[in-house]
Amino acid sequence: MLDFVQQLVSGVALGCVYGLIALGFVLVYKATEVVNFAQGDLMMLGGFFAFTFIGMMGLNYWVGFAGAVAAMALFGMLAERIVVRPILGYPQFSIIMATIGLGYFLRSVAGMIWGTDDFKIDTPFSQGVLRIGSLVLAHDKLSVIAATIILCALLYLFFNKTMLGTAMRASSENMLAAYYMGIPVKRVVSIVWAISAAVATCAGVLLAPITFIHSNVGLVLGLKAFPAAVLGGFGSIPGAVVGGVLIGVIESMAGFYLPEGWKDVAPYIVLLAVLLLKPEGLFGLHVRKKV
Amino acid sequence: MRFLFKTDYEDDIRLFPHSGYLVSYGLLLAVLLVAPYVLSSYLMSQLVFVCIYATVGVALLILTGFTGQASLGHAAFLAIGAYTAAYLQKYNVPFPIYFLAAGALTGLIGALVGFPALRLQGIYLVIATISFAFIVEEILARWESVTNGNEGMRIKAPSLLGVTVPRDSPTFYFLCLAVLVLTIVGTLNLLRSPTGRAFVAIRDSETAARSMGINVALYKVKSFAISAAITGFAGVLFAHKLSFISPEMFTLQLSIEFIIVILIGGTFSLHGAVLGAIFIVMIDPFLTYLKDDMPGIIAGIAATFGAGTQGAANVQSKVAAFASLNGLKGAIYGIIIVLFVLFEPLGLYGRWLKIKLFFQLFPLYKRATFKRQKIYVKSERNR
Repeated sequence: MLDFVQQLVSGVALGCVYGLIALGFVLVYKATEVVNFAQGDLMMLGGFFAFTFIGMMGLNYWVGFAGAVAAMALFGMLAERIVVRPILGYPQFSIIMATIGLGYFLRSVAGMIWGTDDFKIDTPFSQGVLRIGSLVLAHDKLSVIAATIILCALLYLFFNKTMLGTAMRASSENMLAAYYMGIPVKRVVSIVWAISAAVATCAGVLLAPITFIHSNVGLVLGLKAFPAAVLGGFGSIPGAVVGGVLIGVIESMAGFYLPEGWKDVAPYIVLLAVLLLKPEGLFGLHVRKKV
Repeated sequence: MRFLFKTDYEDDIRLFPHSGYLVSYGLLLAVLLVAPYVLSSYLMSQLVFVCIYATVGVALLILTGFTGQASLGHAAFLAIGAYTAAYLQKYNVPFPIYFLAAGALTGLIGALVGFPALRLQGIYLVIATISFAFIVEEILARWESVTNGNEGMRIKAPSLLGVTVPRDSPTFYFLCLAVLVLTIVGTLNLLRSPTGRAFVAIRDSETAARSMGINVALYKVKSFAISAAITGFAGVLFAHKLSFISPEMFTLQLSIEFIIVILIGGTFSLHGAVLGAIFIVMIDPFLTYLKDDMPGIIAGIAATFGAGTQGAANVQSKVAAFASLNGLKGAIYGIIIVLFVLFEPLGLYGRWLKIKLFFQLFPLYKRATFKRQKIYVKSERNR
């Protein structure tokens, strides 16, 4: 039983990691109907920025964290301006390819600048553990869970309660109509890229003690976070986190109870099964097109 | 400028609209047939890869370009073809039989993948095909009694009509070329048949296609099966060319490369698959060439512009250091993809058409002819 709870908790922590990255996917998708395949790489870059500020320049953890988030928000806007804006309004397929290209580029440039070693950031959470009975929880994992819940709640409120959030939802429903209604669609898109890059950076910095930072971390985790977003129903913020947690729990349970090899495949098998039953994910909207 | 007057449907669907096509394709075929006796063995080997990639590209075009179903799982189909060949070869099954069997099995699996895919669209389909590819990759690594696991499988040279065909012989090249040409001709015929017309109708609007009486589900599964089967055939050739296969060759990276093939070549015509394959396969030797020769060339330029010998040597060493940076290839790859999506959405074949039209209409060519229409799709969620 204790094993089970321990696996469950570490699965949830891992799942929150996926959920954090998936949040970035969902944000961009929710506002622009663009799937950003470079999301994991934005996370990786955010981690490297934080490493540069904290590990190399010796800044305070929180200052470095804030600096990395700000820098990445600007970078997200820049990437949107150069890669996404010119093809906004064209079929999804081209935008997916463009972000895949962006991902390639970021990965190799990060490899050139920071090398191919694993990096670690010293955080206030790196050392401590929390003991409840005989259950052991590392602080770094708890910090990820807490951050995921906070970010998810903030973003949910942002999308549903604020003017800007409503504008984002409107421009995703119908870009042209939103434009006619006086919504500055281009600026909205640029802001949403900034936010999603910032969320990705949070993920990257919080992950640093758990997974370390290297130039391929974005690809590896991005490929897990992507099913998480799909499982939750692309476009639903709580869905992304629930999907992430599900994937994380399935992965850690499969790793513990099933023979070797199932760990990596189990999330995908579950994903396929869910898609078969509910093609629009667990929390997705299903609206029939009117002709 | 030549005007084609089409008086009936037969004129419209001709494979060779006028004699010019026959002449140019005949010449191309002649060049390709002479190639192995002229080119170096390295270039020949690259040319074989071009044939294999182009075959996969054509398969992907049928599914993605003409039926509108995106797939990031074609590496898995290639793997199934390759492994079927390697497995059957162990039991001394002759080449023609396992070649066909690999295609048939892959086609069957493609159809099975097509069934769940019926309900999925856009991004959900992409992730479903990625998941499928991951699962296949893992099965290949774990099913050791059949696939030999991560140690991989060796595959002997094929024997055709009792003659062994080594993988770097001209005969093997002709085999690959023949498969490619047959695939292209077959696909062209498919596309002008009712089935192909149904594919295109589904791509353009599923709702409209259904209301015209097209059985959307049936044709989607057909498209998946045909595309997978062709990829399976290519997989057999791929295995023979490499003579060794292991699961880590068939990763998502390879699937993305196949998508890049049709993206760079152009997704609206079969020419695109071939041009894209040439591009993808030749970029490696080209980058190697740049790495080796660029420093010298740039130093030479610097010297002619008055930088002294010392300066030129300095420039040369700096450029050489930059060229041998780790991961430069990935960066160039990324930039190329982004540039193509942004500035050449119709791909290399689109560029060729533009150049052709420029000369045909000279001096009346206008750029707006090929301007993309912004569509500002309403939410794809409401489809």
